[in-house]
Amino acid sequence: MRNTIKYLAVLALGIIACEPEFDTPIDDEGVYSSGEADFSKFVSVGNSLTAGFADGGLYITGQENSFPNILSQQFALVGGGEFTQPLMADNTGGMLIPGADTLPNRFVLVFDADGAAVGPARLSGTPTTSAANNINTGSSFGNLGVPGAKSYHLGFEGYAALNPYFGRFASGANATVIGDAVGQSPTFFTLWIGNNDILSYATSGGVGVDHNVTGEMNPANYGADDITNNEAFDGVYRQLVGALTSGGAKGALLNLPDVTSLPFFTTVPANAIPLDAATAAFLNARFEAYNTQILPGLAQFGLITMTEVTERQINFVAGQNFVTITDEALTDISMAIQGPPFNLDPQTASVLSQLRQATPQDLIPLTSSGNIGVDLIGDGSAVTGVSVPLGDKDVLTVAEQEAISNAQTAYNTTIREVAEAIGLAFVDVKSVLAQAADGGIPFDGGLITSTFASGGGFSLDGLHPTPRAHALVTNLVIEAIEATYGATLPVVNPGDFGTVTVSNEVN
Amino acid sequence: MKKLLLLVLFALVTLITYAGGYRVSVQGQRAIAMGHTGVAVVNSAELVFFNPAGLVYLENKLNVSVGASGIFTDVIYQNSEFGLSAETDSSVGTPLNLYGSYKVNDWMSLGLGIYTPYGSEVTWPTDWAGSHLVNSIELAAIYVQPVVSFKLSEYFSIGGGPIFVTGSVKFDRNASRTATDIDGNRSNIAVDDSGVTNWGWSIGGMFSPTEKFRLGFSYRSEIILEAEDGEATFSNFPISTRPGIPANGATTFNAELPLPAELTIGLSYEFLDKWLFAFDYNRQYWSVYESLDITFGNGASSLNPRNYKDSSVYRFGLQYDATSKISLRAGYYRDESPVQSGFFAPETPRNDSDGFTGGFSVAITPRLAIDASFFYLRFEEIDESYDFYQEDGQNIPFEGTYKSSAFSPGLGLTYKL
Repeated sequence: MRNTIKYLAVLALGIIACEPEFDTPIDDEGVYSSGEADFSKFVSVGNSLTAGFADGGLYITGQENSFPNILSQQFALVGGGEFTQPLMADNTGGMLIPGADTLPNRFVLVFDADGAAVGPARLSGTPTTSAANNINTGSSFGNLGVPGAKSYHLGFEGYAALNPYFGRFASGANATVIGDAVGQSPTFFTLWIGNNDILSYATSGGVGVDHNVTGEMNPANYGADDITNNEAFDGVYRQLVGALTSGGAKGALLNLPDVTSLPFFTTVPANAIPLDAATAAFLNARFEAYNTQILPGLAQFGLITMTEVTERQINFVAGQNFVTITDEALTDISMAIQGPPFNLDPQTASVLSQLRQATPQDLIPLTSSGNIGVDLIGDGSAVTGVSVPLGDKDVLTVAEQEAISNAQTAYNTTIREVAEAIGLAFVDVKSVLAQAADGGIPFDGGLITSTFASGGGFSLDGLHPTPRAHALVTNLVIEAIEATYGATLPVVNPGDFGTVTVSNEVN
Repeated sequence: MKKLLLLVLFALVTLITYAGGYRVSVQGQRAIAMGHTGVAVVNSAELVFFNPAGLVYLENKLNVSVGASGIFTDVIYQNSEFGLSAETDSSVGTPLNLYGSYKVNDWMSLGLGIYTPYGSEVTWPTDWAGSHLVNSIELAAIYVQPVVSFKLSEYFSIGGGPIFVTGSVKFDRNASRTATDIDGNRSNIAVDDSGVTNWGWSIGGMFSPTEKFRLGFSYRSEIILEAEDGEATFSNFPISTRPGIPANGATTFNAELPLPAELTIGLSYEFLDKWLFAFDYNRQYWSVYESLDITFGNGASSLNPRNYKDSSVYRFGLQYDATSKISLRAGYYRDESPVQSGFFAPETPRNDSDGFTGGFSVAITPRLAIDASFFYLRFEEIDESYDFYQEDGQNIPFEGTYKSSAFSPGLGLTYKL
């Protein structure tokens, strides 16, 4: 009996030898490699795109699905070290700011009792993250994405006081984002910056100033919604990359996707005004004098060109109609038409001053959808987008789009030049986003497109990527790293990453 | 005796998969040691399972066999494209079996068996890459079978009897690859049911032209376990009226799980006084397992095509009576998987395997013997996928490389009077 037990004990030991093992386990050396790169200390510098901001807020699961965090998990297979993130305290997306308004919660997609999609609404609940609590306990974070940051903010001492997202994890009151990155002696970095240098101009409907027109080079004189001067961006960008590579780090530079193909600008149609034949005829009668007498008359006086006369014609039809807008690029005629022979009252003159109807090329920001078709008085005589033109902030006109695209092209040229000049990996996010906006990007569950809420690529703010799109960006970065540094890394499956969050827990 | 029976039933509930599908071949220590052959081997009360027709050839009035095995299984998974890897929780199962036979007279014997031919226990890390297919599964089916055996002539006998089955199932999986609640917790469905009962039967025949050469066949019927109004728990679904999103909480479920029929034919041959050779061929009628369809009390449903095929096992065993008290045994079997390519679900990740077995018996007294056995199941590494998981009506394969192993030492007692 004793021998039997001994024998069984020997057999039991055999179990350990019987554990299955693959011929080529993926953690074997040689399956994946870091090539010439060294991922042991990885930092990621940028704005909301790097931070994992989505659905109009910053929250834990969004941060966990940020492209740098996904990337760090792939890096971990080839010697990548721990990657830390300044995680928010919860998943509400909001933040308490002492002495200021609380940042609102994230958007979730609401459905009605019949199961039909209603649209995005802010998640209910009180955020527990407070900007007053700095969570930097002596070592800075790997993810240094700061929502809202523009290129020139990253090196700005005092930015911690201006931006609560940075304030809550900055290493000190006068710390800079770039300083906190370089202070960690990174061996590898990503830099994705410049989006906000044009985006805030775009999302505000172009109310800011284009400093490629003013020639202003000093960001200290810039407003929040301005376009950064191309040369100013170039100078700042080269300084940032210079700082990040000063310790010999390798890295990847990501370029800037087209702003105007974001669902924030492509969801609300410019012909958002439905009219019946009677209403259209009534409105046309009201604008008849403007179309046939005032505009040609002003042209006769040489105040406006015949082209502008054509541009400014107001014409409503039965069906969908383009909104009326005030376009600051048009000649301001309000003073001229208050005098003879038109003798209009100041109120009418103000409506007509820079009036035209939108064209398919004009873009309406998502946040302006609520400003269209509002009956201001209640008797139908003053409806926004019809008898009352939309303001500058509610329309991104063609001229404004050109200002944006001009800056974007210049910034992207800088980014590519810098990458090529010092041999960094260059990640062409622009091309991939263009594909999402035009047809879609295939994955194992279908297509990822830029369609608002349902396309899978964009979160419910219409600007920021979903986790699935972060997975796409991750794969792009991996591809660029492999091409530049001879590394071999596993990609991620975008189908394993979610899109928008549905919930009826809204205020 | 009643207490013992309860204890045995209790212990049987914990089971492990380690044969084709969720068939578990551990129905007797002496048989295990010989490659789990036995349809034509007249050796012990294990015949209640292997071939009730043979019971009538046992020399003693009363025969009892009790055995238990400790089963250690491991399955590893990896996907090199995505850098994914996972390993099942190295679980230990201890299935038991209990057989007795009583010789009423020269031409009739009665028998009773309690055994567990089907079962499975696989636990992957929670929320692993394949968690939309399975996080964990526990299946157990306990067979209780009275048999009667008749000697029809000097050369031929038959036997058989009804089978009572009581089964239990636990199954836990995530709702999809991406669904979560607002805090990112994966939406999950768990089902749990026990005491699912049904009836079946088995029949066997044995032809013994000489004392040294026997032929046998046995057939065990298919039994469908039908879980009705079992407990299903939905958790971590978002709070939404979007179609297809169920409410969190408990509901009921109905599902069917087939325990396939099995046909065995085989022979045994004694030679050179002390040697015995046995061969069994099993045909397992797995094609009955077309789909695992679960319907829930809240209106949700889960359709999981399985499309198993009938499969075969080829078993070879050898016994050598070293002394009057000690017998040594060894065996080999080739176990073909019923799982077809493209249907390789991680809940039963089995491909073809080779089983190597061994063991011995030591007679402590003329009446009581200790039986020891072990087997090792060797699987080839395999690149496979399950292609029939759907999102929005589109099939989404779950691919990777799998490798499994199973090892089991067992111990039993044989008593004859």
